Amino acid sequence: MRRVLPIVRMLTACAAFISLVIAIDSAAHIAMAQTPFGGPRPAPEPQVGGVVGWLLARQSEFYREISATIRAAKSDGSAVWTLLVISFAYGIFHAAGPGHGKAVISSYLVANQETAWRGIVLSFASALMQALVAVAIVAIGAWLLNVTAKTMCGAEKAIEIASYALIAIFGARLVWTKGGAFISTLQAGRPQPAFASAHHHHHHQVHDHHHHDHVHDEHCGHSHGPVPDELAGPGGWRRGLAAILTVGIRPCSGAILVLVFALAQGIFWAGIAATFVMGLGTAITVATIAVVAVFAKDVARRLSEGRNGSGALIMRGIEFGAAGLVLLFGAGLLFGYIAAERTTCL
Amino acid sequence: MRIARLALLLLLLLCGATGAQAHPHVWITSVSELLYAPDGTLTGVRHAWTFDDMFSTYALQGIATQQKGVYTREELAPLAQTNAESLKEFSYFTFAKADGKKEKFEDPIDYFLDYSNGQLTLHFTLPAKTPFRAKQLVLDVFDRSFFIDFKMADKDPVKLVGAPEGCKMQLQRPNDGSVNAQAMGEQTFAEGGANANFGMMFANKITVDCP
Repeated sequence: MRRVLPIVRMLTACAAFISLVIAIDSAAHIAMAQTPFGGPRPAPEPQVGGVVGWLLARQSEFYREISATIRAAKSDGSAVWTLLVISFAYGIFHAAGPGHGKAVISSYLVANQETAWRGIVLSFASALMQALVAVAIVAIGAWLLNVTAKTMCGAEKAIEIASYALIAIFGARLVWTKGGAFISTLQAGRPQPAFASAHHHHHHQVHDHHHHDHVHDEHCGHSHGPVPDELAGPGGWRRGLAAILTVGIRPCSGAILVLVFALAQGIFWAGIAATFVMGLGTAITVATIAVVAVFAKDVARRLSEGRNGSGALIMRGIEFGAAGLVLLFGAGLLFGYIAAERTTCL
Repeated sequence: MRIARLALLLLLLLCGATGAQAHPHVWITSVSELLYAPDGTLTGVRHAWTFDDMFSTYALQGIATQQKGVYTREELAPLAQTNAESLKEFSYFTFAKADGKKEKFEDPIDYFLDYSNGQLTLHFTLPAKTPFRAKQLVLDVFDRSFFIDFKMADKDPVKLVGAPEGCKMQLQRPNDGSVNAQAMGEQTFAEGGANANFGMMFANKITVDCP
């Protein structure tokens, strides 16, 4: 029971989130249909099939509504609320589409034995960071120094490259650590088969709980695996901070456009509010995906627990693989293999 | 069993990790002219690209003007040059095929920006590297990464200037529900994101058949 409860809670949370998204989506549609400043309905979207097409269509719609709403907010204060609702919805959908943020955070969480709670905190912190960087770029670049778009876009690009490089370095470090753990588990496991299971726990520092069901020793307590908290250990937050930095310092180009537009309309504050609300939406989606990733690993851990030796090997393998993903993302983004996430300066 | 479980986990991971498909941040409405020489060869393409108001505002950030809110062609000249230079990296989002063979364009000439109703329009001509004749010319205007959403103008989107007698132009818009584009969309998604060509689905395909 002890184990079942958190799962139920998580599933409930996921279900709640999905209904929230649907509710907001329809609410936004109703709001837009009623407001005179909603502008003309966007042209029918390209017929891309499946979930991605649907997400893209929603994102594009919300994004295009943002500029019209900012314009309206100049003269009509109540339009600011519409702006915030749209920005929030945009944030949710933006992060739900493919992007590196949640991929890096989820992989990091899987590679490191992190808790769902920590995943949520990391997601919100990195989204907040992203919003702060976007506001800082526009506040300093456009508002204080009045530089051109070219200069600002150049700064954006430099930060982007730094962010991707940091992800790659961060990933390399994870691969190093997790690769070491994987290899030592592999080596520890190799000479074992002859001994069968009875002596397993003497030879393994890894968490093999076969035959431990009734042995409540001080290591295992009454649980069947290490609690993620214990493994995350001290210094976990510092590691998490690195994850926030790598992902969060790259601002969203969309937010920068919105901010500059709001500044030009003389309502910079509305742009800033929209940016933070957007970040909130993004955080909710990324956190949900992060929780799912942690949950998936938890399931894998419990499934692999029953097997001798190989269970631990599977887990270290998964962590190693996730660490590899972080590195791949960093390198892929840095060297342009994932080309769609490049800032385009025109 | 073990493999099945691992596969399941991997699938979950990949769900969160499939590559990046951007959504458009810039909208361009294009009016394009295909320029023909008297001998019937295509010498170049002339585009007039109107940017959406948000991007226009962004692009105008930091541009000094004599009169507030009024931008003359001269004041916009440096920005036009920046545009022309940066577009090179993206091959001007213009891809030509003459009877199946790729044709290249030179750097743009005669470029300038004008500003009206809060929107910037970039005018430029792309000279063909070597003027060519084609029974079938296919010209795609699109952004591979879909950062920019290209739309051909509703009214007179494509003009043939000086084209030989009997040439027929056909425009295939990305959103007219062409079966081809949709099939490709599903396929791209199933393959876990062949992102490089994602924007292909949003291509505006101009086809000119000449006798």
